[in-house]
Amino acid sequence: MATMKRTLVMLVEDKPGVLNRVTSMIRRRNFNIDSITVGHSVTPGLSRMVISVDGATTAVEQVRKQLDKIIEVVKITDISEENIISRELALIKVESTPDTRAEIVRIATDVYRANVVDFTPESIIIEISGDEDKVNSLIDLLRGFGVIELARTGRIAITRGKLGPLPKTGEEQPKRPKQKKPKHQNN
Amino acid sequence: MTTKLKGAQILCQSLINEGVETIFGFPGGAVLPLYDTLPQYPQLRHILVRHEQAAAHAADAYARVTGKVGVCFATSGPGATNLVTGIANAHLDSVPMVAITGQVARPFIGKDAFQEIDITGITVPITKHSYAVRKAEELGTIIKEAFYIANTGRPGPVLIDIPKDVFDEEANFKYPDTIDLAGYEPTTHGHPLQIKKAAKLINEAKRPVIITGRGIIISKAYSELKELAEKAQIPITYTLLGIGGFPESHVLSFGMLGMHGMAYANLAIDSADLVIAIGMRFDDRATANVSRFATQAQIIHIDIDPAEIGKNLKITVPIVGDCKNVLTELNKLVESQPRVKWIKEIEQLRHDHPSHTIRETEDLIPQYVIRQIYEITKGNATIVTGVGQHQMWSAQHYVYDKPNSLVSSGGLGTMGFELPAGMGAKVGIPNEIVWTIAGDGGFQMTIQELATIVQENIGLKIAIMNNGYLGMVRQWQELFYQRRYVATPLAGPDFLKIADAYGIPAIRVEHKIDVIPAIQKAMDTDGPFLIDFRIEPEENVYPMVAPGASLAEILEEPSKDEASLAGK
Repeated sequence: MATMKRTLVMLVEDKPGVLNRVTSMIRRRNFNIDSITVGHSVTPGLSRMVISVDGATTAVEQVRKQLDKIIEVVKITDISEENIISRELALIKVESTPDTRAEIVRIATDVYRANVVDFTPESIIIEISGDEDKVNSLIDLLRGFGVIELARTGRIAITRGKLGPLPKTGEEQPKRPKQKKPKHQNN
Repeated sequence: MTTKLKGAQILCQSLINEGVETIFGFPGGAVLPLYDTLPQYPQLRHILVRHEQAAAHAADAYARVTGKVGVCFATSGPGATNLVTGIANAHLDSVPMVAITGQVARPFIGKDAFQEIDITGITVPITKHSYAVRKAEELGTIIKEAFYIANTGRPGPVLIDIPKDVFDEEANFKYPDTIDLAGYEPTTHGHPLQIKKAAKLINEAKRPVIITGRGIIISKAYSELKELAEKAQIPITYTLLGIGGFPESHVLSFGMLGMHGMAYANLAIDSADLVIAIGMRFDDRATANVSRFATQAQIIHIDIDPAEIGKNLKITVPIVGDCKNVLTELNKLVESQPRVKWIKEIEQLRHDHPSHTIRETEDLIPQYVIRQIYEITKGNATIVTGVGQHQMWSAQHYVYDKPNSLVSSGGLGTMGFELPAGMGAKVGIPNEIVWTIAGDGGFQMTIQELATIVQENIGLKIAIMNNGYLGMVRQWQELFYQRRYVATPLAGPDFLKIADAYGIPAIRVEHKIDVIPAIQKAMDTDGPFLIDFRIEPEENVYPMVAPGASLAEILEEPSKDEASLAGK
């Protein structure tokens, strides 16, 4: 059966051990996680997880239902078929010499609208955010110069329009800054 | 009213609030404060087992026969890990259980302290939920939630891990009236549209078959199931754990299906045009080769767990909900019809493939022994088994007309379940007859519980089907490994001497003629009784579907001549 990348969004209670339950379930149902991100949600006490998996629709549906059985999982939705915006953030440490420096900066800032966040005589750190294709393509280009270190957050995603896939279960807390806590990455 | 109590008192008081009467447990360092508190609550009967695994199995069987949540206690470390098999067994068979483990005191957690183990971590895959308690004040809420989670929706085990110093910590206690679990809302009522679709399929079907599982027993949907079957004239087959959901001697009962099911049940499913699966999960032991299961049939699947639907098999009409509720609604829409042709057809199958008959022989065969237990108890006993040949013979040759009258380890297939489970069942229904049918292999895995039985004077009757082998494994070695009996012959022990040492009356039966008097003697003796049946050593379980084969490719018992030709 054909597999495709699918994105599951979950609201989970912010309690110890929840991430362990989620990853344990995915592991024992024989699934591979592409990436998983965890951060605060708009509702205090609830965290938002975004899980990217590769799998057939029916198999992902099975995992979705199994995850939904975890008591702390308040809501889980497969948003792959929806109109979504997904983003990833990467920090890329690239080797640089006086000869290559200008070219690296040009590719990063002009072509990819990325930011240069650190500069030393031998290296540059570039920060990029965007969908995975964009991040991948910049990384591929920079490999030619020598990528020393790479840190990626994994995918976060949200549906377009006013309605979300997840119900509001409390007062909106617009003041709360959104944070991202990358927990696991597996390329 | 709020009162100040110690953690251990809060626990005991909360258990009483949940209607707990019996606890199976084993003390140790981390639960000393709890055990020290127990005498303050004489309503709680504590049964001291001889190994924590037995506490979990006993609580499991207690829950199955009473419908209440089974409770077990163990200390931290090895006490907790010894529960693991029992918790897994309850998880696989959807049994409501609350397991309470002690933990090292809070300052020691994470330090690899003496008898410290991460039991909540270990049990993540085998519990419905678990709690690591950190404050005495949380205990009331946690226990309330634990019991609710364990015994609603699809039941299952919940573990509560409590540090030693939390038992001694004082906190205000008021048992909560309500539960707030945003992420837990089991669907109990089927979707009306889906029920309508199912009714249409049933009304149009020419050759429908119902397959039931333990869900019928859990939701006590006995009369609703009977109404559906009788009204629409649909034959019923059931999984091992579905036994006791529908009276076996009913004309529409076609017995157990699956690997060691009745040949006619399997053949009926193979020729069905509609399968109505109720409270079962298409386990591989029931479906055999799932890709060739009921190939001509559309499938209606009714289950309370949405994740079971479509897990192993593509379903035509899924209905998520409690069996009793769904069947009540479904029965309103199902038309009454005679289905004479189909019933006649499968009656013919039953006639041509009489899997339930016991062969005439002077040898002491287990099938005969089990049938005699049925005859002498007049079918009023609750039968408890372990796992293996004796389990299959018990499923096949006792006639289960009484609801919920078989307690067996299904999903996990736990040898050693029989004795502690028999004990737990008898404690749960002390006024009923409970027989444990054991194999000589599994019996030795938890044989130490004979001591518990004597100490607590539990009137369990025990029949050991003693063939001197790990029989089921030996059968597979015979059939699939050219009779190379590696690590399956068992030498001894003398079960009569063992019984004597523990103080349990026992007799040995070596001849067919002694079977009935022995069972009668067990029934006439007050308290526990043990019979060592020295059965035919190489008797096999038939019918049998070989691994990888489909239900229709069922092998029936070879006749004696064929068997001798095969070199038996």
